[in-house]
Parts: sequence; structure tokens; C-alpha cells
Amino acid sequence: MTSNLLAITVGAILVNNFVLSKFLGICPFLGVSKKIKTALGMSGAVIFVMTLSSLVTSSIYKYILSKTFRVGETEISLTFLKILVFIVVIAALVQLVEIILQKFSPPLYQALGIFLPLITTNCAVLGAAELSVQAGRGVIESTIFGFCSALGFALALILFSSLREKLDLAQVPKPLQGTAIGLITAGILAMVFMGFSGLV
Amino acid sequence: MTIILTSLIFAALLGAILAIIIGAAAKAFAVESDPRIETVTDMLPGANCGGCGYAGCADFAKAIVGGIAPPNDCPVASADDATRIAEYLGITSEEKEKVIAVVKCSGNIAATVRSPYNGIEDCRSAVLVAGGAKGCDYGCIGFASCARACPFDAIEIRDGLAIVHPELCVGCGKCVDTCPKNLIILAPAAVDVHVYCNSPEKGPAKRKVCKTACIACRKCVKAADNEEQMVIKGFLIETNYDNPPISDLVEKAACPTTALRLATKHAAGEYEGASK
Repeated sequence: MTSNLLAITVGAILVNNFVLSKFLGICPFLGVSKKIKTALGMSGAVIFVMTLSSLVTSSIYKYILSKTFRVGETEISLTFLKILVFIVVIAALVQLVEIILQKFSPPLYQALGIFLPLITTNCAVLGAAELSVQAGRGVIESTIFGFCSALGFALALILFSSLREKLDLAQVPKPLQGTAIGLITAGILAMVFMGFSGLV
Repeated sequence: MTIILTSLIFAALLGAILAIIIGAAAKAFAVESDPRIETVTDMLPGANCGGCGYAGCADFAKAIVGGIAPPNDCPVASADDATRIAEYLGITSEEKEKVIAVVKCSGNIAATVRSPYNGIEDCRSAVLVAGGAKGCDYGCIGFASCARACPFDAIEIRDGLAIVHPELCVGCGKCVDTCPKNLIILAPAAVDVHVYCNSPEKGPAKRKVCKTACIACRKCVKAADNEEQMVIKGFLIETNYDNPPISDLVEKAACPTTALRLATKHAAGEYEGASK
């Protein structure tokens, strides 16, 4: 059990990093990485939502979707509804988090700003839920996997935003300025993370 | 058929449960906010430039509604906009004089002595290296820190000199805070005559490094309708913005170094190459 959890942790953070080796959540990775401060805010919000959504979606999958029901003559399994259910649950969860945060922590709510509702469209959140289901993980393992995947996302985002802050001061050739050099940097960063493959 | 019905019912049930939870949460954790804030935000220009001193238009709207800030603190909104907001809130608004930024330097590459500089192309970084590469210690470095700070693209870097386009400038003052040489001022928009020099050094010393420096020859002071319209400050002459000269002065004075300029013609580039 412990070694399994360790494998999940290291695997999710380093080896199968969501951004740099699975290419999930690229949109916020590029959009929110101009400053370390916003990157930290986004990372916090993603970690929170992803952990919570992994817990809820894996529970729903385990106790409702994966069961077979008998309705009249036919046996029914609702597994095919999982993507739809996951998206709705994640969206609702983000909304709920936003409402509660606005009430109890206005400073944090203001700091996260637009990033909070944007997490709904972050495919890494859906990815974590879907991959856990595919790997046949239980509720606790899924939650840990979601948390660690979000940590991996945060790691990639903070690394990349620090690099971009340095890039702002570098003399970049005209055609490569801005997003272009950002994408090249992201590519090199992804290659660096390839070095972790085979660790788990 | 059964499977379609079951999945439909399941999806509807899930949606309903989530809707009830969110609805209940929104009710239970509702945050009371003044509806006027949103209306005032909509009435503001929405540029979020920070020229009013607040974090953005929404923050400024909150301050207006709260009675902390007057609506005419916004440099972007026209007087009509401010009046409309004041009417909506039932408060009075005084008209505020419109200001624009003036970069008090006319020394472009052609007119000044400069040493080579290979560092970061940013005025603040350049200043760290012996105060910048320009011969004149007080003039515009021309690495566009102000132009990048401008939310309205009103500053153009032409031939190594920052030039404000008066028709685009709203006077938010972001460039004033950015310039490491402190040579950008906010001047009344109605005044067109400015002295484009900021160096307090003696005339000959200035002329050695810049062809378009103000050498305090006082031609403009004499040509003005009354002597108070131009103020002499040591070896530098300035427009008296409280008692400004009319635009004709530039032609009448015939400034020998063309440091005395009209902001509009300066932006149009009419003085370039005119100095001897």
C-alpha cells in the first residue's frame, strides 16, 4: 500500500507530469505563467479544486456509475456517462468553491480572480478524474493522485513562470519574442522532464 | 429504450441535486454588494489604467459610490461621463482640467552625443550604468520604458526619443512614475507651448552634448506677451502653466535651438533636423 502510494506520488508529480509529459492543462500553463505571483495563485486554486474533484468524481464513479442496475428485464451500467457526469460535477464544484471563498476569504477570492472560474475549463482536472478511473484506483488513491497531479501542475507552472520572468530581461531575437520563445522554453522543459521517465 | 430513459433520469437527477446544492450555497453564503457599484463600473471607460490611483475601474467605482473619490478623478473619462456618474449618484461633480504628459527632452539620436550601450534595452536598467549612455545626464534615454508603461499607446519612440502624441494621451501619469530621469510632467492639455529640455546645466555645457538644448537665451521670454508667461529657472526656461503663452510664441521667438516647441508639431515630427 505505502509503496503503491509512493509510486502514485512520484509518478504524478515528476514522471507523468500533467503539463510536461501528458500535455494536459496547457492553456493556463501558457496563459497564467507571465508572473510568479499569478502562477502561485493559480497553482493554489488548481490544487484545491483538483483534490476535491478527484475525491467527489471517484466516489460517484465507484458507488454509482460502475454499478450495474436491474431495470425490469435489462441490466444497465451507466459507465458511458462518466465524462458528462465528471464535467458537470467539476463545474458545480468550482462554482461552489467560488461562492464559499467569496464569503469567507474575500482577499483570496480577489487574488485568484478570474483563474478560479477558469479552472472549470482546465482539462487537467477532468484528466485526473478520467485517468484515475482508467487505472482502476480506489477513492483514497484517486484523491492522492489528484492532489499529486495538481502538485505536478503547480511545479511545472511555477518553474515555467520563473523562466519567463528571466526571459523578459533577455535579448530575444525579434521573430521569437513573446509566446514563441515561451513555447520553445516549454518544449525544452518537457524534454528535461523526459529524464524522469522510467523512474516508476 | 430503458437505457436511454435511465441515463436521462440519472443526468436530470444529478443536475437537479447539484443545482439545489449550488442554489442553497449561493443563498446561504450570499455576499451583499451595492448594485450601484456595478452600474458605475459600466459607466467608467473600463481601461483599467490605474490613472485614478485605484487598482482598476471596479475598485474606483467602489470608491466613488463610497464617497471616497470624486467621479472626475478618472483622467480617461470625459467631463460628460463624470457628470453622468455624478447625476446617477446624486452628487455634484466639478470639472477637472484635462492634462497630458510632456517628455521634457528633444534630444533624439541626431541631436545628441551618445556612447555605445549593449545592455538591457530598458531605461531603468540603462540608468544603473553610469546614468545611461547619453551625453546629457538629464535627457531621454529612449529605451521605451514609458512607452511600454502607457496603456493607451500614446508614446512613440522616434529616433531614440520618447514623443507623446497629445491626441492619444489621457494624462493618467503612468509614464511619469516610470521615467527614471523624472523628465515627464503632466501639463494642462490646453497649453501647446513647451520647452523640451530638462537640463539645469550651463548653456555651453549643454550645447556640447545636445543640439536642441535650451540655452536660456531668453528670446522666448522677450517675445512673450508679458514676461511672466515664461519662467526662468537658472539655465533653463519653462512655460508658466498658470499663465501660459499662446501658440504663436514659438514662431515669434524663433528659438535658436528649437527647444521651444508646440506639442502637436513636435509629435508630428516637424522640428526634426531643424536645429543647426
